[in-house]
Amino acid sequence: MNNLELQKTANEVRKGIVTAVHAAKAGHPGGSLSAADVFTYLYFEEMNIDPKNPDQEDRDRFVLSKGHTAPGLYSALANRGYFPVEDLTTLRKLGSYLQGHPCIHIPGVDMSSGSLGQGISAAVGMALGAKLGGKDFRVYTLLGDGEIQEGQVWEAAMFAGFRKLDNLVVIVDNNGLQIDGPIDKVCSPYPIDEKFKAFNFHVINCNAHDFDELRAAFKEARETKGMPTAIVVHSIKGKGVSFMENQCGWHGKAPNDEEYAIAMADLEKIGASLN
Amino acid sequence: MADVKKIATRESYGNALKDLAEEFPNLVVLDADLAEATKTGIFRKAYPDRHIDCGIAECNMMGVAAGLSLVGKIPFVSSFAMFAAGRAYEQVRNSVGYPHLNVKIGATHAGITVGEDGATHQCNEDIALMRTIPGMVVMVPSDDVEAKAAVRAALEYEGPVYIRFGRAAVPVINDKPDYKFEIGKGTVVRPGKDVTIVATGICVDSALGAAEKLAADGIDAEVINICTIKPLDEEIIINSAKKTGKVVTVEEHSVIGGLGSAVCDCLSEKLPTPVKKIGMQDVFGESGSAGALVAKYGLDADGVYASVKAFV
Repeated sequence: MNNLELQKTANEVRKGIVTAVHAAKAGHPGGSLSAADVFTYLYFEEMNIDPKNPDQEDRDRFVLSKGHTAPGLYSALANRGYFPVEDLTTLRKLGSYLQGHPCIHIPGVDMSSGSLGQGISAAVGMALGAKLGGKDFRVYTLLGDGEIQEGQVWEAAMFAGFRKLDNLVVIVDNNGLQIDGPIDKVCSPYPIDEKFKAFNFHVINCNAHDFDELRAAFKEARETKGMPTAIVVHSIKGKGVSFMENQCGWHGKAPNDEEYAIAMADLEKIGASLN
Repeated sequence: MADVKKIATRESYGNALKDLAEEFPNLVVLDADLAEATKTGIFRKAYPDRHIDCGIAECNMMGVAAGLSLVGKIPFVSSFAMFAAGRAYEQVRNSVGYPHLNVKIGATHAGITVGEDGATHQCNEDIALMRTIPGMVVMVPSDDVEAKAAVRAALEYEGPVYIRFGRAAVPVINDKPDYKFEIGKGTVVRPGKDVTIVATGICVDSALGAAEKLAADGIDAEVINICTIKPLDEEIIINSAKKTGKVVTVEEHSVIGGLGSAVCDCLSEKLPTPVKKIGMQDVFGESGSAGALVAKYGLDADGVYASVKAFV
């Protein structure tokens, strides 16, 4: 896909996020929107996957370690054809397969996740398994910048760096906000890039909302041998919805009907500007 | 009396992993800097490329095992019970149990027979923790024969399994030509009619010893070995309780949440029967030799005998 197509797709993914969370009357729009471009790039450009054959053995894997942003993942999967986009409005409802946090039984979801710090370890295990089995699939995992306060993240990073898992890409969505406030006011994980460097990662910083930069970063990751790559993507929480951008309060809150209308109008406007 | 052969079940575990490696080419073994103690070192020596030392980081190790299982490996994850079931509890629940992955946890150094290391390392809570996780199979082998059989059964089974092994050498009691092992099946190891003693792990031997002493007093105890605590063989317990009307449980574990609780869960709903639970009575352990501790906490043959005698 070219950048314009990716931008249009990402905008559709954002609409799906807002629609799903609005319908659920609960969920996490802020971090889903900040990562929407990353989800889009991974599922529409980067990863070797086939929505018609979601369990194919040699597919690339993705683990959403920051599992609360399931609406972002689900919207990307739905738009990619894993399941109907209409199903997004069943999110979090009793009887729906779209659980509040990613569940392995959902088409396209490679690992259940949501308890922070755990997804990265599973991704590391998959990458190690690929190496042990002589397989050349790649493994991607997305973490929140608040999530990296969890000690398990660094256990996993130490292991991945030591094992030279160059088939692993750890993406940190650095939107700067967590539930209780700015990450550097709650318990600062900065400098994020230097920490991953110290754990023997190749580290790339890039703009989370610029597809040229994302393209270059994932290419560089693929070309990096002998060590895993961490891409710290600098993002805007709530990106694309005017009143949600950079607002801590939209971490885990659903828009009401009025707010939903404004959010969708914002996204329609962005969509129109891309035509 | 002839010397009884004694082997620690952790030793059986390490040997079983090595012996089954060829038959199960996808088997990989993970440890957290305890390979010599957990005896996965036996496997490592033979199959160094299939042994992954994760360092002292049990939570990550459990997640790595989850990931390995998702790309076709059958990981056996090892640490002391305290760290496998205790420290990494939430990883086992959310990264292994919830997605129902094919991860096997081989937890060694369970219970007070850890001995001299003392209470910090004596896990008397692991059975309780593991059996609360939906879909988790929980096994506590009583000796070398059963430990090896349990490892094989775990590898043949698709899904998460927790197996509890001990540090101390214990008598081999199941080396019989008709011995058969099946997940979820208990065994009557001594038929009787006056009282049922349901035991697990190293306490099966204590229960058998106690039954001999009770016999001398004219009390005919039936002893049931429950290796699989979950799923529990309810039938064998109910049938025995119908016959005897009195049940005693014996385990090297807290009386809260372990075998005793599992038996009570079953009997209270299906055949209300008086039950006496022998185990760690809501206390922490302490340093001492395994033998001295087992005696102090009433888990040896004499202790079980005294408790059963008082109960019947």
